[in-house]
Amino acid sequence: MNVLVCVKQIPDPNAPGKLDPQTKRLVREGVDLVLDPGDEHAVEAGLQLVEKDAGEVTVISMGPPRAVDAIRRALAMGAHRGILVTDPALENSDAISTARAIAAAIKGQTYDLIVCGTESTDGSSGAVPAQLAELLGLPLLSFAKKLEVGDGKAMIDRQTDDGYDVVEAPLPAVVTVTGGINEARYPALRGIMQAKNKEVKQVGLSDIGLAGQAGKAALTQEVVDATPAEARKAGEIVEDKGDGAKRVADFLKELKVI
Amino acid sequence: MAGVWVFAETVDGTPKPVVLELLTKARSLGETTAVALGPGAAKSAETLGKYGAKTVYIHEDSAFRDVLATPAVELLARLVEKDPPDLVIFGMTYDGRDVASRLSARLGTALIANATDIAAKGGSWAVVSPMFGGSLLVTTVPITRGPALVLIRPKAVTAEPAASAGAPQVETLTDPVDTSKPLARVLRREIEKASGPKLEDAAIIVSGGRGLGAPENFKMLDELAAELGAAVGASRAVVDAGWKPYSFQIGQTGKTVKPTVYIALGISGAMQHTVGMKGARTIIAINKDPEAPIFKLADLGVVGDVHKIVPQLIQEVRSRKGK
Repeated sequence: MNVLVCVKQIPDPNAPGKLDPQTKRLVREGVDLVLDPGDEHAVEAGLQLVEKDAGEVTVISMGPPRAVDAIRRALAMGAHRGILVTDPALENSDAISTARAIAAAIKGQTYDLIVCGTESTDGSSGAVPAQLAELLGLPLLSFAKKLEVGDGKAMIDRQTDDGYDVVEAPLPAVVTVTGGINEARYPALRGIMQAKNKEVKQVGLSDIGLAGQAGKAALTQEVVDATPAEARKAGEIVEDKGDGAKRVADFLKELKVI
Repeated sequence: MAGVWVFAETVDGTPKPVVLELLTKARSLGETTAVALGPGAAKSAETLGKYGAKTVYIHEDSAFRDVLATPAVELLARLVEKDPPDLVIFGMTYDGRDVASRLSARLGTALIANATDIAAKGGSWAVVSPMFGGSLLVTTVPITRGPALVLIRPKAVTAEPAASAGAPQVETLTDPVDTSKPLARVLRREIEKASGPKLEDAAIIVSGGRGLGAPENFKMLDELAAELGAAVGASRAVVDAGWKPYSFQIGQTGKTVKPTVYIALGISGAMQHTVGMKGARTIIAINKDPEAPIFKLADLGVVGDVHKIVPQLIQEVRSRKGK
């Protein structure tokens, strides 16, 4: 059982995000960059599958050279090797270029399953996994809170508006996992040391036959404006001195709720 | 006039509420066509027409209900090729996201997610999406040839029937659905019933987060909700931890709600959550951390211990109702 896990390096979600007013792009300078916490669950899901069975977890990412740190974090958790698609022409890529680059970079790899987070914590569009599935001609099992693999099939519990659906697809398939699927392990010191010696292959667009077909050359959209949303009027913040409940009840009365 | 298509998700022939919102927006942008797929879809045509669809494509094959995304993508790709619209809009739902994303890869056209508004702009579209939990509004313009695909968040638009709606022209499709390729098939559906009003429709919502400390503490939320006639919601952290079923989740990957009053208990206010509730008219928050971002949104914020305040609040509400 070989698993590919797609990951993304993002600005620390605990630090408030900023857009550059000139370029309308995410400010990455002076912000800690981390492996997307949502992707840690994807790495964990991959590791659990190969630990049950034999096989390897390969981590793949697209980003600037420093995105290798996010891959190393996944390697420290126990993944076996990494691939980083990095090319100046990919700067400011939209989702479809990212999906194309990943699809091209994994050509020739053998895998049974591709695992991704449902969406990045910074961009939240969640388009790449489905686009990747479409480009590879694979079924997509999305929004999985539970994942089981056996008999050449993958089965998930898929989140819905009023519960969940049990959905099945033959392998190979693409799966997106929610944070509820597992508790992601914390890398041990030994894992961190071992990660330093694990292979991370770096490839550019010409290496994967995509020169001129992804990134800047293939933009599908342009951000033309970014303005702060109208802030909610500042409310009243009070400290509970035993009268907190009364204050809330008074307010509810004022709102004619009670 | 621009051609605008709406991906009209239906359940047993009833359009999902977001579909009526999409149609309301679509008809202000151009000549509107709805595409309704799956068993019972024909029944939805009248309602779709009432909300502005001039044409309704119907295909009732059960594969649209029982197989994730791919049959809809195949059909939409064929329809788009035959008679290309300028814009196709989808609800930012579980299925809407899968279908729109796959279709964008198939067509190679722009996909813009999380949108709350669309306007015509110089022969293209200006699409507004909130970022960072709604603190920033980003306007994106598609620049590819071919139809732009836009995912609109539920409750971003208020659904209203069209003023002058005639019966729509219904085009019933019967072309075979290819199910020979490897597909993701739904084996069964599990419904997690909640008591009280539905989250999506509730005027009052009582919502709990990690600050509640343990799943059994949701009992006091149920009690408070029962007193107020409110629905109970939860943050992703709580749902991910297995304290509450998925159907309670409010936020980016859960439900978008717009109640009159939203009471956030032990919720820090991570962006993932606030994007799904900041449209509430009034927000009340109780949290022990004075720095919690939820207080930036709250009309009334109480810095204190939910375990102490909520039981007192239940008593307060009871005694005032008694008067």
